[in-house]
Amino acid sequence: MSGWTPDEMMAVEAARRLKNGDVCFVGIGLPSLAANLARHTHAPDCVLVYESGTIGAKPDRLPLSIGDGDLAETADTVVSVPEMFAYWLQGGRINVGFLGAAQIDRWGNLNSTVIGKYDTPSTRLPGGGGAPEIAIGVESLFVTLRQSPRTFVDALDFTTTVGRSVSVVITDLGILEPVGGELTLVAVHPGVKPRAVVEATGWQLRLAPNVRETAPPRHEELSTLRALQAR
Amino acid sequence: MERVPLDVAISELVRDGDTVALEGFTHLIPHAAGHELIRQARRDLTLIRMTPDIVYDQLIGMGCARKLVFSWGGNPGVGSLHRFRDAVEHAHPAPLELEEHSHAGMAAAYAAGAAKLPFGVLRGYQGGHLASHTRVATVKCPFTGEELAAVPAHQPDVAIVHAQQADRNGNVQIWGITGVQKEAVLASKRAIVTVEEIVDSLTPRPGGVVLPAWLIDAVCLAPGGAHPSYAHSYYDRDNAFYIAWDSISRDRDRFREWMHRHVCKTANVTEYHASLVG
Repeated sequence: MSGWTPDEMMAVEAARRLKNGDVCFVGIGLPSLAANLARHTHAPDCVLVYESGTIGAKPDRLPLSIGDGDLAETADTVVSVPEMFAYWLQGGRINVGFLGAAQIDRWGNLNSTVIGKYDTPSTRLPGGGGAPEIAIGVESLFVTLRQSPRTFVDALDFTTTVGRSVSVVITDLGILEPVGGELTLVAVHPGVKPRAVVEATGWQLRLAPNVRETAPPRHEELSTLRALQAR
Repeated sequence: MERVPLDVAISELVRDGDTVALEGFTHLIPHAAGHELIRQARRDLTLIRMTPDIVYDQLIGMGCARKLVFSWGGNPGVGSLHRFRDAVEHAHPAPLELEEHSHAGMAAAYAAGAAKLPFGVLRGYQGGHLASHTRVATVKCPFTGEELAAVPAHQPDVAIVHAQQADRNGNVQIWGITGVQKEAVLASKRAIVTVEEIVDSLTPRPGGVVLPAWLIDAVCLAPGGAHPSYAHSYYDRDNAFYIAWDSISRDRDRFREWMHRHVCKTANVTEYHASLVG
């Protein structure tokens, strides 16, 4: 197996961040892919929580929506939506959250509401959903999104979700972590130059003193990831 | 509880200008009831729903809604809701007033509505911009002094939900992902439940939610009534339809044509399903 896509690198690196025993609030798309990859590799006891109320879901195939029947059938328990947000998330039972967004700023704040003004948007996005309270309910927030000057912006059009608990931002180019609150480039993916990441960022991106190179996806990670997607 | 055809229930229990909550969190979305609201051309509705989804995209696109109270307006796993976006971005086919919340806020507002409390309380709406664009306030805990968010209770005129089964007396059972339906029904003045099947008696299911008949104004048989959503133990989510909806709904004319053919020109859920095959 040779080569991998930037999306695969993102998913693999995100999966590596999950520890066995983490209880993780998972959204659909890359977060769900990464969390399931972790569960099928180094973190079999990672607990996946989908906001539809399925706690400890162990889906065989990747769900298209957070409410696919497979999630309920394989869950430890299925709870109502009010219970999910009040008892489990606000109650502090979930330690990791996994979010994407349309825009991010240097403080890790996220916009998933509008491009343009709220009352007269040029693009109306879906909105916050569970994200605002996930961000304040968990200890550690992972963010995944593709990096470009359109997504990594100097000023958000709208702050949907506050980035205080963001511990890592994994992009298609590298890894950013907050240093003194400000997102800082700490690693680039294989073949990516730090300058390319700076150019893909809408603010003057800070670089860590020694920018590492991310370990490339291992054979086991890639084959497990591809098998999950093929199901 | 009365067992009536869905068109009769909608006609008798939902009025123009009502505040209506169609709930079902990705599972058991009451599409057949949404279609009936469109056939009967209800207008000026305030539509409450956590995830507006395709069902509200259709109602908004067909001009039934005046206001939307929601927390996530996308096509799950696919992308945008184009009719919702067209209404917000271009006021087409009519302006749409928004009252936007987070999921946690909506859940708290339903729970407060069910408890007949004036507001729900949560740790939320902190720091972001949404609080200055929606109905939310802060309250101080009288015991600890902590500042908490208060959201006004949802008090819909009508709740509409879809369930797997009702028994012959009209008691209803929902199982699988049960979402916020119980709270929506308890928060509302009137309740309509569509069901996959009428059975002689309900068999308790793990995690099942039972709504007693006396809580419900109308139970309507609507097999397949959640499509393209799903009914656990009955049929799967039609993921291909969610993907197809992206192109159907993107274009105003194609959307209207689709709605006329599959909803307006069909009389009920059975004919709707036949039209999808034919």
